[in-house]
Amino acid sequence: MSDGYQIVVCGGIVPDPLQTLEPVHGPAGWGLKNELMLPAILDPWSGHALYEAANLAKAAAGSKVWLVSMGPKAKLQQVMMTVAQKAAFELIALDAPAGGFTEAGDVAAALAEAIEAIPGLDKSRLLLFGGWQSASRGAGATMQIVGEKLGVVDQFQGVDKLTIEDGGVLRVLERVEGGSYQESTVSGPPALFGWATGELPEPPNNPQVGMANMRLVMPALQKAKPVQLAQPAFGSVQLPCQKRETRIVKDTPVEAIAREIVDWINA
Amino acid sequence: METLRTLPGDDVRQIMWRFADRYDLQMVVQTARSLARSLVARLVAEGARKTHEWTEHKAQLLSAFDDAGLTSLFMDPHQGGFIEGPKNLALALVAFELSWVDAGAATGSLATNLALAPIHEKGTPEQRDYYMSRCVPPAPGEDRAILRGAFALTEPLPYIGVDTNTMTGKVRVLEWEEGKEPVLHVDKRGRFITGMDFANFVTAAVDTNDPRIKSSCMVILEETDEGLFDRGAPTLKMVHQLSSTRDPVLSLKVPASRIIGGYTVKDGVIVPNYTHSEIIAAVFHRTRVPVALMTTAKLLSAVEPVIRYHRQRFRGGTACEPESAKFQLGLQQKPDAVLRLTDVWATAEAGASLGFETARLFDRLDPTEKAKDKIFAEQGVVGAKSQMSALRKLEKQAIEYLALEALPPDQRDAGRMAELEADTLVQYALLESTANILCPACKLWNTGYGATVMRETVALMGGYGITEDCPGFLFNKWTDAQLEATYEGPEAVQRRHLSVTMTNEVFHARLRNWIAQYEALGAAHPETGASASAASMKLWLWTLEFLLRAKDPEGARLYHSRRQGVTFPLADALCWIMATRSQIADVLELAAKGPENPVVAEGLDGLVAFFSDLAMVQAARSAGEAARICASLVYGFGPQAAEDLAAFETLRAACDRASSGAALAKDRCGAALCQVMIPEALDYPL
Ligand SMILES: Cc1cc2nc3c(=O)[nH]c(=O)nc-3n(C[C@H](O)[C@H](O)[C@H](O)COP(=O)(O)OP(=O)(O)OC[C@H]3O[C@@H](n4cnc5c(N)ncnc54)[C@H](O)[C@@H]3O)c2cc1C
Repeated sequence: MSDGYQIVVCGGIVPDPLQTLEPVHGPAGWGLKNELMLPAILDPWSGHALYEAANLAKAAAGSKVWLVSMGPKAKLQQVMMTVAQKAAFELIALDAPAGGFTEAGDVAAALAEAIEAIPGLDKSRLLLFGGWQSASRGAGATMQIVGEKLGVVDQFQGVDKLTIEDGGVLRVLERVEGGSYQESTVSGPPALFGWATGELPEPPNNPQVGMANMRLVMPALQKAKPVQLAQPAFGSVQLPCQKRETRIVKDTPVEAIAREIVDWINA
Repeated sequence: METLRTLPGDDVRQIMWRFADRYDLQMVVQTARSLARSLVARLVAEGARKTHEWTEHKAQLLSAFDDAGLTSLFMDPHQGGFIEGPKNLALALVAFELSWVDAGAATGSLATNLALAPIHEKGTPEQRDYYMSRCVPPAPGEDRAILRGAFALTEPLPYIGVDTNTMTGKVRVLEWEEGKEPVLHVDKRGRFITGMDFANFVTAAVDTNDPRIKSSCMVILEETDEGLFDRGAPTLKMVHQLSSTRDPVLSLKVPASRIIGGYTVKDGVIVPNYTHSEIIAAVFHRTRVPVALMTTAKLLSAVEPVIRYHRQRFRGGTACEPESAKFQLGLQQKPDAVLRLTDVWATAEAGASLGFETARLFDRLDPTEKAKDKIFAEQGVVGAKSQMSALRKLEKQAIEYLALEALPPDQRDAGRMAELEADTLVQYALLESTANILCPACKLWNTGYGATVMRETVALMGGYGITEDCPGFLFNKWTDAQLEATYEGPEAVQRRHLSVTMTNEVFHARLRNWIAQYEALGAAHPETGASASAASMKLWLWTLEFLLRAKDPEGARLYHSRRQGVTFPLADALCWIMATRSQIADVLELAAKGPENPVVAEGLDGLVAFFSDLAMVQAARSAGEAARICASLVYGFGPQAAEDLAAFETLRAACDRASSGAALAKDRCGAALCQVMIPEALDYPL
């Protein structure tokens, strides 16, 4: 790619995973108890996508990364204080509820519209990144619909690795059943990648990157477009039926942990 | 009635501590926090605090600080930093975030800054740029190691401690060739010197030992200088073990250009531009503020683990049914548990408000002070003594300004006010007189009283509190607080400082304005405790004025520097009052600005109600404490004149009366703590 890629990462925000999440029905429909007041983080799956995007952009000269994020504006701003220090990107913010009570199709339509509106967008250089799941609801459908709406039909989900080969061919490792990978190649952009965890650690905060990003992040937040999302009717809402028992143990050898898991499965 | 729904988040704190419009600071907070709750917490959990020695394990902290930008936080952009302008609030926020987990890590992050502080405050521009730009991580493509520093004032017994004049560190002229720069010999032994394991340079306080050097000074010593650079024995300290402390022995040959702030030669004598005392005063004035906030952070950090422990105390096993109140609320069913935690939280809020207000004040003071120095230099006003007398002459105008400020806007002489506002020297006198109170007050009260309250948090965790398994490392935090109350000037030093500065007339004029302002606030917002705050300020000021004129039966003056039994308790009383004043101001700021932020607006009524109640609790506590102290001084050296006692009693009664409803406020806080939503688990490991 002589001119580099245009990498657009779609990433929402979710409540910090340590918080107590309790669905409640309010005047505006379903939401989480005190959701606005709980600290939020960048959806971890999109986080992986963002770090992979930044890494890829560094490897392909001339590339640029955008982060398209939809969520309550004030919450997005808080999350940016961390995220903007981790990778260089330009933010496109959409002001809308974040929670898991929206339709993937509606969210995808708003994201696709925002991406179409990026000045100078060149689809022949476009790589669409996002999470293959979301920590808020995990419909697993949003990115696929965004891709379809933008006419990006080469799609890969559960991606853990993306390498550029000679001639700009992209080699992709996708997670499939049973802990295996499916390896594919695609001749080049446009293509969509729904990331699993990828291979990169979370970059440390870098204030220089942060200060540079903020020059664009703050205006982007100020002009964030409000998006109305109709909430579908829910028959009922409940947390996934799992019992969360937090136990804190110290100095436990790996074998003992494995043993305990096996015993638990067998029980 | 609306009350606290969740623990206050960043949006709330940014408003209260006034950095909602500073994204640079908000980013720094996130950086320090993530480092604290990952690497720092892991080191503590892995037992890194169990050694006195500096280890490879602990040294990971330094590279983590470098990588995350905390090392360069102190510098200006042209020196490799990233924040333009004063950085007192930035440094305070970082110390706060790191100490939330472990204050030793905070001390470690600040050590090089402390070493640089003499250079930063009083160094020559060349010294400043040379050392500041070498203490930041190399830029891409640059090949150099990062310099780290240590600040050496304290000396082995029987020399420098609280008293900084009994100095054994000495400097003399070793060689001085005609027309060349003199070469000095410096001897300095340090005690308890932070960062000494890896310091590449030391800023050392030394006295003159040579008629050819006029006064004491501070000098920069480098590890590569000719002579002895012995790092000495490690301090066997039982707190802050994530920082390095040793007793170095230094005997080195250095060029005279290492004298901090430079020197002139007059009649064949080297005259340092600054004595060690002048430099130290400027340094500690600033660096004490982050220390104050270290203890405060610990108190606030204890709230969540204590609530969790209390709530979950009887869960699991067969102790009770899941639907029962005992299961749901655990120890929170017992009023004392939540009321005591309310006291902890109220103390912490007051400390945070006072500490951050002081940090912000220094951010305003820094540029004003530089401008003042420039004007004085142009006017030829040099040396501490002549500056002091020049400033004293300005006090009248500063008081005039405050008198104008006290008037309703339409009655002020706007022209005169603008004139005084534009006068750098007057503005300096105004800011400095307040800084001279708030800085020692936060260092003294946040750490000293904070350590006492930290013990309460340990007690609230029962036996668990004094084990290594206690979530939030509360035992460590309690003992660490004792160091914060000690280094950079123990409590006695702060009390001594206040004994002098709290008699300043400009401060009194300011205090009178605050009294009027808080009386009005008390009428408009009685729920904040502003009336109690105003009444205690009034009582305190009356007591001070009384003590300044009163005598004991022997005819000796009561208010005297040698009479620490009078001056020191009165200094303590002022600290309580100042902390409460700041706290109420922050609650009002939240109430005013909260609606502008949709996230904060969501639960604002409950937040403001809760924080007002906390402020009321603290205001009543402060008023009570101040009144008790004032009474002990007014009556204790008696008998005194009946009319004085009557005047005092009226003011004291008003103080007590202003606390009306405080216990109800406390009950409401207790109830709030029983229902506030907290996270499922603590975000840093055991
Ligand atoms: C872990 C640690 C790190 C440190 N880091 C540094 C560093 O980096 N650089 C540095 O220079 N120093 C450092 N110090 C030293 C610290 O600043 C001193 O310990 C402190 O200033 C007190 O001095 P001292 O211990 O000699 O106490 P002393 O002077 O012996 O005082 C002991 C007590 O006596 C009473 N007292 C003393 N004088 C008076 C008075 N005038 N009026 C009333 N009461 C009085 C007070 O109660 C006081 O607390 C560090 C100390 C520790 C423990």
